[in-house]
Amino acid sequence: MNEATIGKTTLEIPVEIPADAVNPVEPFLRMDRMPHIWCAGCGIGTTVNCFTRALIASKRNLDKVAVVSGIGCTGRVAGYARLDSFHTTHGRAIPFATGLKLANPELDVVVYSGDGDLFAIGGNHFIHAARRNMDLKVICVNNLTYAMTGGQTAPTTPGGVISATAPYGVFEPAFNLVALAEAAGASYVARWTTYHVKQLSRAMEEVLNRKGFCFIEVLSPCPTLYQRRNKMGDGLDAMKYYKQASKIRHGARASECDLTRDGEIVVGKFVDRQRPDYLELLRSQMTETLGERYAEPEVSCCSEC
Amino acid sequence: MIGGIFIQMEDELASSIAIQGAVWAGAKALTVTSGPGFSLMMEHIGYAAMTETPCVFVNVQRGGPSTGLPTLPAQADMMQARWGSHGDYGVIALCPNSPQECFDLTITGFNLAEEFRVPVMMMLDECVGHMTEKVVIPEAEKIEITPRRFTKLPPEEFRPFEPQADLVPDMVRAGDGYRFHITGLTHDERGYPNMSVDTQDRTIRRLLQKLEPLANGRALCETEHLEDAEVVVVSYGITSRVAQRAIELARERGIRAGKFRLVSAWPFPERRIRELAGRVKAFVVPELNLGQMVHEVERAAQGRAAAIPVSHAGGGVHQPAAILKAIVEAAR
Repeated sequence: MNEATIGKTTLEIPVEIPADAVNPVEPFLRMDRMPHIWCAGCGIGTTVNCFTRALIASKRNLDKVAVVSGIGCTGRVAGYARLDSFHTTHGRAIPFATGLKLANPELDVVVYSGDGDLFAIGGNHFIHAARRNMDLKVICVNNLTYAMTGGQTAPTTPGGVISATAPYGVFEPAFNLVALAEAAGASYVARWTTYHVKQLSRAMEEVLNRKGFCFIEVLSPCPTLYQRRNKMGDGLDAMKYYKQASKIRHGARASECDLTRDGEIVVGKFVDRQRPDYLELLRSQMTETLGERYAEPEVSCCSEC
Repeated sequence: MIGGIFIQMEDELASSIAIQGAVWAGAKALTVTSGPGFSLMMEHIGYAAMTETPCVFVNVQRGGPSTGLPTLPAQADMMQARWGSHGDYGVIALCPNSPQECFDLTITGFNLAEEFRVPVMMMLDECVGHMTEKVVIPEAEKIEITPRRFTKLPPEEFRPFEPQADLVPDMVRAGDGYRFHITGLTHDERGYPNMSVDTQDRTIRRLLQKLEPLANGRALCETEHLEDAEVVVVSYGITSRVAQRAIELARERGIRAGKFRLVSAWPFPERRIRELAGRVKAFVVPELNLGQMVHEVERAAQGRAAAIPVSHAGGGVHQPAAILKAIVEAAR
C-alpha cells in the first residue's frame, strides 16, 4: 500500500508500484531537468500530462512538433517538453511561432504559455495571429494571475480578488478569453479546467490534427499565490471547485463565458469553424495575381538544404 | 521572383522575433524599420544575441528622440545599435553609404551573421535609404553566400551551445529530430537554463570574445591618403560622402587630410584607430548626432591624437565647409 499527500489530504493508493515502473509521459519530458519548478498543487504539470497524452493519441510526427513558450510559470513548459522547444521573451511566443511556421509549414507549432504572457504584454500578437488564422495551436494555462513574479493582477484576474498589486481588491474588468479569441477570428476555441483531464487531452489532440488558429484555455490553480492570498485553500480545493462549478456547454455563446471569483465556469468547445489559414490565403492571392510565375517559397538557407 | 516569404507583422516587437522563429526553422531572415521601431526591437536584439540567432536588422536612421524627424536624416542611433538592449553582448553594425552598398553590405551582413551567430544591424540613414543611384546586381551564382553551419553530430551527441574552435556553436533547425531547447535565460552548453555565476561568466564573455576577429584585423573600413595624413576624417554613412568633398577641398589647400570610413562601425576598429593615433595630429569626426562614434575614436586614440567632433542634430546633412573648417583648425 502506498500513500500520496495532496495538500492536507492523504490518499491511499491500493496498488504496489513496481520499482522499475516508468511514467508513460517520461519519454516526452526532459527528465534531466527534473525536478521542475512548479509548486505542489499547481495545475501546469497536469496540462503537460494531458499534452503528452494528446501527442501520443494525435499520432503526429514528434520530430515535426515544436513548442514555443513566453515567460512565466507556464513559459517553462518549453523547457521541459522533449521536442524542439523555444523559451522566448515575455509575450512574444506567438510572433516567434509565426516565423517558425512560415519558414517551415511542415512544423506543427504549439504555443504554450500563460494568461499574463499571452493576454497582457502579448495581447496584440494574439489578436493578430487569430485574425490571420495563422496555423498555430495556442494553449493558455490560465491561473488568473502573474504567478512567477508574485501574484500581481493580470488582465484575467476576476473582480474582487486580492492580488499583490491589488491589496484592497481587483476592481478592473477582466478579459473573457473565449470572447476575445472568437472576436479576433480564431478557428477553434475551447475551455477546460485541470479537473477535466480527459476532455482537455482530447481537445489538445483535436487541435493537433486541425489546421488554423486554435485556442484552448485551461483554467488552472495557483495555490501558492492566488488561492493563498484569497483564502481559497489548496490544489485539491481548486479541483473540488472546478468539479462543482463547471458546466459543460458546448457551443455556448462567448458572452456567457465570463469567469468570476467563485461562480460558474462554462467549459466546452465554443467555436469550431473553417476559415482558410494564412498560408492558404497567401497562396491563393499570389496564384491569382501572378499565375504561373508564382512558385511556392523555398526557405532553405544553403545549397545543402 | 526571389522566393521567400514576406509578412507585415503587427508591430516591431513582433517582426523582430518572427525573424528569429524563421531562422530556427532554417531560413535566413531580416526585418526593416526606422527610429522608434528600432527602439521597439531592442528586446529582441538582446534575444538574438543571447540565443546566438543569426539575423539582420535594418534601421534607416532618422532624427530623434521619439517620433523626431520622420523621413529626415540622422545618425543618432549608433550607440543604441551597440548598447540598446540590456545586458552585455556584442553586435555587428554596417553602414552603407550608397544604394549599391545597401545591396552588397546586406549580403555581407547576412554572411557575418551566419559566421558569428550574432544580430547584424544595417545602419542606414534617411539619405542613403531614399537615395536613387545605379545598382549592379550580380548573377546569383556570383554572389558569395556563407551557408549556415549546421552540426554534423547526431542528436544524441549534439549540444546546441557547445562552442567550436572559433567560439561559435554549430546550429540546428526545428524539424530535424534534434529536440533541442533554446532560451533567453542564461544557459549551459545543453541550452538549459543555468543561473550560476560560472555559467553567466563563461557564456557572456564568449558572446563578446567570438567577435574579436572582426573588431581588429577584419574590420571593414575604406581609407584614402592615410600614408601622409596629419588629420584623419572618421565618418560613416551619408556623412562619409560629405566628408569626401571636405577632404578633397583640404587637399587642394595643401592640408594632408586622410579618410577613414567606418564600414563596420561595430565592433569598433579600435586597433586601427589606435595605430593611426600615434602618427596623426587629430581625428575629425563629423556625424549627424551630437557626439557618438567620436567618443569611440577618442577612447581608441588614448590621448595620442585629438578627436574633434563636428556635430549636427540631424534633419539635414553637413555642409562640406563645416567639416573643412574643422580639418583646417585641427591641422593648425
